[in-house]
Amino acid sequence: MTRVVLTVAGLTLREAARRRVLLALAILTLVLLALSGWGFSRFAAESGGTLTSGEARLTASILLNLVMFGYSLIAALGTAFLAGPTLAGETESGIALAVLARPIRRSAFLLGKWLGLVTFGSVFVVLAGLAQIVVVRVTVDYWPPAPATALALLAAQTTVLLTLAVLLSTVISPMASGVVAVGMFCTTWVAGVVGGIGASLDNEAVARVGSVSRMLLPTDGLWRGAMHGFQDPSALLQFGGADGEAFPFLSAAPLTWAYLVWAASWVAMVWGLAAVSFVRRDL
Amino acid sequence: MDGVSLEVGRGEVVGLLGPNGAGKTTVIKMLLGLVRPDAGEVMLLGQPAAEPAARARVGYLPELFRYQPWLSAAEVLALHVRLSGAEVTAPEQRDCLELVGLADRAADRVGGFSKGMQQRLGLAVALVARPEFVVLDEPTSALDPLGRVDVRDIVLSLKSRGVAVLLNSHLIGEVERVCDRVVILDRGRVAASGSLVELLGQHEVRLHLTALPPAGETRLAAAGRVEREGDWFTVAFPADDEATVPDLVRDLVALGVRVHAVEPGRISLEERLLGILREGSEGERS
Repeated sequence: MTRVVLTVAGLTLREAARRRVLLALAILTLVLLALSGWGFSRFAAESGGTLTSGEARLTASILLNLVMFGYSLIAALGTAFLAGPTLAGETESGIALAVLARPIRRSAFLLGKWLGLVTFGSVFVVLAGLAQIVVVRVTVDYWPPAPATALALLAAQTTVLLTLAVLLSTVISPMASGVVAVGMFCTTWVAGVVGGIGASLDNEAVARVGSVSRMLLPTDGLWRGAMHGFQDPSALLQFGGADGEAFPFLSAAPLTWAYLVWAASWVAMVWGLAAVSFVRRDL
Repeated sequence: MDGVSLEVGRGEVVGLLGPNGAGKTTVIKMLLGLVRPDAGEVMLLGQPAAEPAARARVGYLPELFRYQPWLSAAEVLALHVRLSGAEVTAPEQRDCLELVGLADRAADRVGGFSKGMQQRLGLAVALVARPEFVVLDEPTSALDPLGRVDVRDIVLSLKSRGVAVLLNSHLIGEVERVCDRVVILDRGRVAASGSLVELLGQHEVRLHLTALPPAGETRLAAAGRVEREGDWFTVAFPADDEATVPDLVRDLVALGVRVHAVEPGRISLEERLLGILREGSEGERS
């Protein structure tokens, strides 16, 4: 079982490397790092002296969250579009026939694929995020309050989306699964922003849009938790306290343990569904 | 599928024949746990086929063969060895590629392979983990005539090593040359099954003869029912044994007959197959 899971996970990582997904992501990341490095350094040079230190930290926090959102989007697109071809594509093209005729359990095969994708996506967001934090430190001398937690939450967000993409790719075509997964990711993010606006206007019905969508797909909730770890604690006060909730690149509150437990059970549940659907499938 | 039961013994090659949509590939996929039967039992090498362990000693070449295009041929084999759990050394894996004629392409990416080369690789994948049972689904569909001969030789060498082979092929000639027994499927049921001799009932030989004296004609008639087309004679033997054809040829030569060609009556399995399938569809209508 372990041998099969590790073999398939290794194969998935090798696929990502060989299919140039790794190269494409590395180039995108370097471009984003360079651009943000330049932006941050201009910001530091031109605001020198005119901003209070609080304002500077607020701006650095917002910019950092904005760029991190870019990475999480790249990771989401990358893994969602990798999960489709590697699972649905293989069953469609016939590659899976020879592999699954080996003495292996389909659930072990699926776990291996999932593990490979999770490793790939998580390592990417953690490395890219870490590089970004270092760039910010060097250019504007800002260090986020909880970088490790925030990066772990980014990896968790990638894992959630990827598990959804794996489930989708066991039931629909490779391309459709990527499109639906990324579409749901973006929709949840927008719903989260709408909910934030609702909360700042004290409109409970609109605020509920955000909470409900965060339960249905925990990507946005985890993302807000990650932002909270990147931004300066004083930033929100600077921005106007609770009204900051309406702003998409600041987070009002840290994540609760209950929500993390929910996200973990969500992943387990969706993975279980994917396994049931994949095991029952006729190839 | 309905009531299909088939058995392949060690060192036996069993052919699966039938029209398109008869369920040949589905039977194979059920055997390998790739398709779930609604009901019934599939046993593979003495274990229920639903158990992955039952497939440990099985090699499979799918009809729809595709291998990870981003891996090299040698890496595909290594992957399948790891998944099978068998201990197969690197030199043995190389020998396996050599056997299917891909030794000099071992390091090349599969993505650049032609259909025929991928099918050869598929054959190597089916054979690499020292299987006791090999399932070949249309193994020569993408191969040139030379490749077909190679596959035939490989199947015969498997048979001589005591490996059981299940061969699904549209090419009746191929089935007739290598198979000990044939199972004919039609609309999900076994329409007929048995050894070639049992199925054909008789054995035919086509002879190309010149300078045939009357005594020669008598000798031919004594061997079985004769049909003549110019210099070609088709002789249907009532009973088949190992000595019938060699004895006939020896006697003809002794009578001064010039023997240009002796061919097995290849058409007969095809005719028999068509007959069985037509009978089946008429039986259905009445």
